[in-house]
Amino acid sequence: MPVTELKFYQTGTFTIGNRLLGEEDRAGQSAANRANSLNCGHRACQGCGEALGARYAIDAAIRASKGQLVVANATGCLEVFSTPYPESSWQIAWMHSLFGNAAAVATGIAAAMKVKGRNDVRVLAQGGDGGTTDIGFACLSGMFERNDDVLYVCYDNEGYMNTGVQRSSATPPAARTATTPAMGVEPGNRFGQGKSIPLIAMAHQIPFVATASVANLRDLEDKIERATLMRGSRYVHVHVPCPLGWGSEPSDTIKVARLAVETGLFPLFEAEFGALSGHTAIRRRVPVEDYLRLQKRFAHLFRPVVDVPRIAHIQAIADHNIERFDLLN
Amino acid sequence: MFQIRIHGRGGQGVVSAAEMLSVAAFLEGKYAQAFPSFGSERTGAPVMSFCRIDYKPIRLREPVLQPDALIIQDPTLLHLPGLFDGLDPDGFVLVNSSHQPAGYAAMACPREHRLFIGATELALKHVGRPLPNAVLLGAFSALTGRLHIESILEAIHEKFPGKIGDANDAAAQAAWQVVRETRMEAHATAN
Amino acid sequence: MLRQIEGSRAVAESVALCRPEVICAYPITPQTHIVEGLGEMVKSGQLKGCDFINVESEFAALSVAIGSSAAGARSYTATASQGLLYMAEAVYNASGLGLPIVMTIGNRAIGAPINIWNDHSDSMSMRDAGWLQLHAETNQEAADLHIQAFKLAEELSLPVMVCMDGFILTHAYERVDVPTQQQVDAFLPPFAPRQVLDPAAPLSIGAMVGPEAFMEVRYLDHQKQSQALELIPELSREFRDAFGRDSGGLLRGYRATDADTLVVAMGSVNGTIQETVDQLRAEGMKIGSVSLCSYRPFPAEALRRALGCASEIVVVEKCVAVGMGGILSMEIRNALSGLPLTVSTVVAGLGGRAITQKALRAVFQRAQFGQLQPLTFLGLNENVVSRELERQRDRRHSGPPAENILRDLRSPVCP
Repeated sequence: MPVTELKFYQTGTFTIGNRLLGEEDRAGQSAANRANSLNCGHRACQGCGEALGARYAIDAAIRASKGQLVVANATGCLEVFSTPYPESSWQIAWMHSLFGNAAAVATGIAAAMKVKGRNDVRVLAQGGDGGTTDIGFACLSGMFERNDDVLYVCYDNEGYMNTGVQRSSATPPAARTATTPAMGVEPGNRFGQGKSIPLIAMAHQIPFVATASVANLRDLEDKIERATLMRGSRYVHVHVPCPLGWGSEPSDTIKVARLAVETGLFPLFEAEFGALSGHTAIRRRVPVEDYLRLQKRFAHLFRPVVDVPRIAHIQAIADHNIERFDLLN
Repeated sequence: MFQIRIHGRGGQGVVSAAEMLSVAAFLEGKYAQAFPSFGSERTGAPVMSFCRIDYKPIRLREPVLQPDALIIQDPTLLHLPGLFDGLDPDGFVLVNSSHQPAGYAAMACPREHRLFIGATELALKHVGRPLPNAVLLGAFSALTGRLHIESILEAIHEKFPGKIGDANDAAAQAAWQVVRETRMEAHATAN
Repeated sequence: MLRQIEGSRAVAESVALCRPEVICAYPITPQTHIVEGLGEMVKSGQLKGCDFINVESEFAALSVAIGSSAAGARSYTATASQGLLYMAEAVYNASGLGLPIVMTIGNRAIGAPINIWNDHSDSMSMRDAGWLQLHAETNQEAADLHIQAFKLAEELSLPVMVCMDGFILTHAYERVDVPTQQQVDAFLPPFAPRQVLDPAAPLSIGAMVGPEAFMEVRYLDHQKQSQALELIPELSREFRDAFGRDSGGLLRGYRATDADTLVVAMGSVNGTIQETVDQLRAEGMKIGSVSLCSYRPFPAEALRRALGCASEIVVVEKCVAVGMGGILSMEIRNALSGLPLTVSTVVAGLGGRAITQKALRAVFQRAQFGQLQPLTFLGLNENVVSRELERQRDRRHSGPPAENILRDLRSPVCP
């Protein structure tokens, strides 16, 4: 009988197919008894990176906490598309309060659980980049400073997408948004100092900080599961492409996310108590153009002429990340 | 109703003084109200506090505009305009000063209701800190006879725990003694 | 037990007796002594089963309370003035989500100009937010209202603001009867919410409600306040039976039944008003007063009954709707519409300006003879304001009034 030799091209990941792996290595989503915390029927766009990320993250948290989880959600795409009253696609205990207070609301929930002696119940707060890096920043920093027992997950699609694609402090330089149009002397978003919440979280020296991406869902699950089992403040920052806001193909969401990682623009790393404790090496480095070309929000960098200096500037950011986080090793 | 207005500088315990007076009155079964009036400045700025004492519930909430007694915890305030405003013609004036300041004779109250006492010095001696409020309360008791010294001392202990309470107690009693002796002498001389 | 203590302390101890489970606090004058007192009680172990969290802003404070209340914990916070505004979004959120949070407002003026002293502009700014708002006349009532507030809030699933005048009550030492733990336990049962965040029974709270249902939701909010109109007097009666004193309720009359002139006010100024009423009654004037305790819900019918037989109503209020006039007076006028009486507004005590018996007396006497203006600012320094107004007529330069007044004081003729 002819034997088919299996060639695993993408080694070091779990994308070779869950069925071929031992159970303990499989993604949570492959399990028949997965929680489906974020159930079907929500109103997200086709190819939404955030819906994908949230589904994996919350199911991982439910699994790790054995179902003892309460979630506080900031205002944003995820909250809006998941709870079109009178329907809700959440199968878990979930609450939405305001835009800027998810971290504080979660602190309150955690305090209630503690006072009631329910130490098995874990609390997770989640929000987009707007609700985390901008309007939610004060509450987040307060939570970190007190080391409140909350896992905060940020789904970063680099803009205020729910309200129509406006610029946030997480929007990358040169990106076109509704409030940073691609025109004038400095088309798209300005080149500022940036605002890395993972690094700020590390400055707070909280027990656990990690970045993750929908390009590596098993890694996302793993980080969330480990974080859920820890105590004190934990922060996971997930990169989630938004086809609508980024102008990318809905079918390219994971591809675009992977390119962000492989260029070095979105480094995957983790830290404990302020010190880097691990990172995911780039398997095959690519120039930033490969990533930028797939997104209409960067189209002005290529047409009518290639904007060499700006692309170089973006490349420099990628190079800096690679060096800083030692991403080639 | 007996109304007291206390003037001093921030950090001298002006507010505590009014509070202790109110506690002393309460301990005697009376109704009392004490409240402060200060601006946004810090230590050293002029502050006022008020205390009302009555045998029935006190409903009035305005500042004390017609004091029956004035306690002036800092003699450098004597030049302030309006310091003596509203003082009852039969009122009491108690000043923290080891000597009689100039112009005291102009104070519009009966001579025997006027008293200067080196409260800061007494406080330094007994408490080791220049906080004259407890001392002045001891003097107040002897001067006006409106509150028993025992009530004042108990109020002091409620406010200041342990050794500090004991020290302030001693200081207040010392002041009370001094004032009583002075008044008895003055009485004797008058007769 | 009878104690001579600071108002803030009385409130802290009363709140502690209510067995709160989560207290989150951000300091702001004049509420600081309340939260400091509670923090101390938690740390010392006097108040057990309670988590005291120091948060980084008032917005965070109420947000934490929202989370803990939604998770079934009895929650409390306190603020004033600027802090209340900073948490405004959360204020509306808490009532919209039906969370029975109790919050003390140490009534303080809102800037600019910055001012730390008492008036009612802060709680007034949130009058439409769907919270219940109760005003305390004395420190005894302030303490008692907190105990009633938790019961009221949890019965209706609605948050309650207990308003007490900053400095005048918060920082005043007076006699307060602080109840025992047994008394409070007998009056206030444990918090048992209908809807709670619990993994054992998952649900989604806080969904986006669209045009198809929003009207109904707000209508029901409005109706709930009407339910409060019944419950508040009922609780006050229950309180009297349990604790032996009158506290709370919708409103209280003082020598009001046969009065021709009736004064209405909220909070501590009622004490001074009652003294003035006694003085004028002794001189033969038929005057009385009504202390309004429940501002929200607004007891229109009860006010109509209490005020309807007088001919002159004087509303003394510590707030003003700049550009419109008296806020409380407008609502009272509304409640009394159709009746043959005059309602005059006396705006008093703004930014902590002392309200004196003398000034009130003059105003009440003018009212008696129908000589009171529709709107009076009590004790206004006419000299200062007329100079500024005159200057504005001559030369229109923009700038804030406070600083403009100083410029004019420096030189009568401005450059």
